[in-house]
Amino acid sequence: MSQVLVVTSGKGGVGKTTSTAAIGAALAMNGNKVAVVDFDVGLRNLDLVMGAERRVVYDLINVVQGEAKLQQALIRDKRLDTLFLLPASQTRDKDALTSEGVARVMDELREHFDWIVCDSPAGIERGAMLAMRHADVAVVVTNPEVSSVRDSDRIIGMLDAKTAKAERGEYMEKHLLLTRYDAARAERGQMLKVDDVLEILSIPLLGIIPESEAVLNASNVGCPVTLVDGDSAPAKAYIDAARRLEGEEIPMVVPMERRGLMSKLFGRRAA
Amino acid sequence: MANKAQQTRAAIRFRGRSFLATVLAPELPLDEWLAELDKLAGRSQGYFASRPVILDVTGLAITKRDFTDLIETLFKREIKVMGVEGADPSWLGFGMPPSVSGGKQTEILHKPSAEPPKQQGFVERTIPSLLIEQPVRSGQSIIFPQGDVTVLGSVASGAEIIAGNSVHIYGTLRGRAIAGSTGNAAARIFCQKFEAELIAIDGLYQTADEIDPSFRGRAVQAWLANDKMNMAALA
Repeated sequence: MSQVLVVTSGKGGVGKTTSTAAIGAALAMNGNKVAVVDFDVGLRNLDLVMGAERRVVYDLINVVQGEAKLQQALIRDKRLDTLFLLPASQTRDKDALTSEGVARVMDELREHFDWIVCDSPAGIERGAMLAMRHADVAVVVTNPEVSSVRDSDRIIGMLDAKTAKAERGEYMEKHLLLTRYDAARAERGQMLKVDDVLEILSIPLLGIIPESEAVLNASNVGCPVTLVDGDSAPAKAYIDAARRLEGEEIPMVVPMERRGLMSKLFGRRAA
Repeated sequence: MANKAQQTRAAIRFRGRSFLATVLAPELPLDEWLAELDKLAGRSQGYFASRPVILDVTGLAITKRDFTDLIETLFKREIKVMGVEGADPSWLGFGMPPSVSGGKQTEILHKPSAEPPKQQGFVERTIPSLLIEQPVRSGQSIIFPQGDVTVLGSVASGAEIIAGNSVHIYGTLRGRAIAGSTGNAAARIFCQKFEAELIAIDGLYQTADEIDPSFRGRAVQAWLANDKMNMAALA
């Protein structure tokens, strides 16, 4: 059974693309055949984060419009042979995505992959709606600050109303991924705490990704953070999150990067 | 009711209210119809004097000139047309009554007589209610002018509940709650945890800044008394 996962947030710059790459790679490391799909047509980034920007020939729009076959557009990752990228087009805009075309591409992807991870554009317009449209599971990426939390809340409402699954009257599975979390700042009250965010959004927690230089470094070298160094704190958190998505129960940990501080164990059960 | 706080401030109120209007639908030829109208008006003096009138010209084969003449003729008879239904939009320029639509059929409470028109009151007092079992997310609005709204979850920042009667929230109210939206001053707002951005009852509203901060995070009810918003902690 293939699963379509949408990584979404409403707000821009919270870490959707980084998380898509990291979770996609982590799922592939666990032996799944994974396609990561960039829906941010016109502002594509996933190819850069995956280090595949120099190998893009055809893109999602070409496939949606029938100008190229899916197999021609998919780019196999150089490090993991079960990980594929379907890049977005940089020269077109989101109006080039037709809902019938997207539905057809998603159906075709389901035939070939275990996991299809869709990187949603920011906002609540057409691109974001089409990215979430065919999802079975949603990962809502949120930073611990009020504007991100409110935008996430808006997106959760749309996941429950505008997706194909919701329209069929089925329950849309949603998980919260808290990114750029700094436990020390949260403790000082400069950032929302995990419990505050969970109370407001009331969806299960998938993982807490610490604010870390490792994430930025990974983007710069064009490699998902989970593939650069599996022992870094954010990589560990993403790997755990991916295993939770596969149904494993793993205790929730807030990984700390500061020296001398022990990892803080939260008594919360995984999503 | 230990934490009763009275707010004294002149507030601008926005209210939705429905009024009963008499609809006149002229028929051709207009001369004969006007003569009929004069006869009717003659029987009950001043019937049209203080009565809002909507002119329904739907499907009437007349020109713009006929239409302006008709409005003028009616004005001379002290029939003040406050709105027009079914007219060509190009007829309704400056100085003409605005276009209206979406009127609902209702019984005429006062047939032509010398009696002054009375205000329409509530006939029935059965209050329907709407139950929302999920949290209300940012950007969603629940609009239920018929009666009460009960929300089992929380109402997020940027979400709103608009009810004709009372609003009951068993989670945290972070967004807006608007009770008594159809002009019901007896409506109230109840919530388990108060973090609201704005509350309003019968058009009288208060933003978070104007509300006593001691109510934040508590179980609270709000109601109107003498056109003032009152709030009290629940238990």
